[in-house]
Amino acid sequence: MITRRDFFKKSAITIAGATISLGALEIIDGKKLIAQEAADKSNKLRWVFLVDTYKCVGCGMCVKACKLENEVPYDANATRTWVERYVLTKDGQVHADSPKGARDGFTTSKIDLGVKPEDSPKDILEKEEETRPKDLHTYESIDPKDIDKAFFVPKLCNQCENPPCVQVCPVGATYQTPDGVVLVDRSWCIGCGYCIMGCPYGVRFFHPVYHTAEKCNWCYHRITKGLKTACVQACPFGARQIGNIKDPNDPVTKIIMDERVGVLKEEYGTKPQVYYIGLSKEVK
Amino acid sequence: MKNHVLRPLFVVIGIIILILLARIVLVPKDFGVGQRGYMYAWHRHSNEEEWKNFKVKYQGKEYCKDCHSDKYGSINKTPHRIIECEDCHGPAGTPEGVVHFDADKRPKLTIDKSRALCLRCHYPLPYPTSKRSQIKSIDPDKHNPDIECSTCHNPHNPMEGLR
Repeated sequence: MITRRDFFKKSAITIAGATISLGALEIIDGKKLIAQEAADKSNKLRWVFLVDTYKCVGCGMCVKACKLENEVPYDANATRTWVERYVLTKDGQVHADSPKGARDGFTTSKIDLGVKPEDSPKDILEKEEETRPKDLHTYESIDPKDIDKAFFVPKLCNQCENPPCVQVCPVGATYQTPDGVVLVDRSWCIGCGYCIMGCPYGVRFFHPVYHTAEKCNWCYHRITKGLKTACVQACPFGARQIGNIKDPNDPVTKIIMDERVGVLKEEYGTKPQVYYIGLSKEVK
Repeated sequence: MKNHVLRPLFVVIGIIILILLARIVLVPKDFGVGQRGYMYAWHRHSNEEEWKNFKVKYQGKEYCKDCHSDKYGSINKTPHRIIECEDCHGPAGTPEGVVHFDADKRPKLTIDKSRALCLRCHYPLPYPTSKRSQIKSIDPDKHNPDIECSTCHNPHNPMEGLR
């Protein structure tokens, strides 16, 4: 038989116990903390990327170079980097497209609206070959007089300081290197796709050949040899630049520190490391 | 304690030992925590080297300079100097390494004379707030629609006048 006094006593203990967070019981290892801090300070290299959207003309040379440099199948609908076109009209509408990720640039003023569900390839294949339309995409024409602003925005991996794609990997197949680049271990990836769902920037995809998670790694094989990334080298207009944020004399660092730059989806807390000049609120 | 109680316990302990042994065999020796801690750098360390050893394909225009000094010299005097050779001709390197010529010493690089290549920059898109509006352009439907651009224009020296 439980007495009223006992009941209150035990309830109080249970509630008190439940309110203590697990973190309060963790023993802090001083040595570990000092080692972590020392490692952070001794790091003289942290790659950052700078994109100038005023300079980009949407030629798509960066996308072509990236696909060929990184052996991403050229005709597959998958790319590590891409260029988006934004056309903002006077009626407040946002028209955006990125046909084939801008692999072939933007050679029409019409906005590519993609394939409508009713034109889905499944229905098309049932038709006779001669009657099949060649281009399933629908396009939208915009009168140049209606355009308020229009510009191009190159996109690539942000190599976040707190990469959500790495946190969700259940097997340790993706990780951040000491110089800040997030890599994928193809031999260790099980292809669960959590990281593809976890990336708020839509940068990750399945590699059509290896069937493992694939992402932009800022041409890690090039930057570690002192070369520029393939996209930076291929850009004729200097719209893309790569630098070291830990070097105060780096021209890219100076621009990020002294000029007005923005990042994508700051509210997610991922600390993205691709900085944009001329970012607009319509760019997501 | 009775034997029938202990027996399943031994089975469970045996399974745990087997899993731990399998783990020793299957997990690579260099698998562990990196500089960014368990949350961001739990990985196989040799993979970093594997990525660093990935083959470089794009060599840059300095690679072309010595053999193609005529093209290199002429393009550098024109607004096209900002364009890398490999942007139009494709990468000099291949997954097998830098192999510019095939077994019969024929150059492997592409010479793309399509109008689409030039239109990447020269299609008229008069977009305010983009540098694209400052590039000289033509309407491809009206400007000699059936012939290649290079029939009249020299891409390595576009300012020299028509051919």
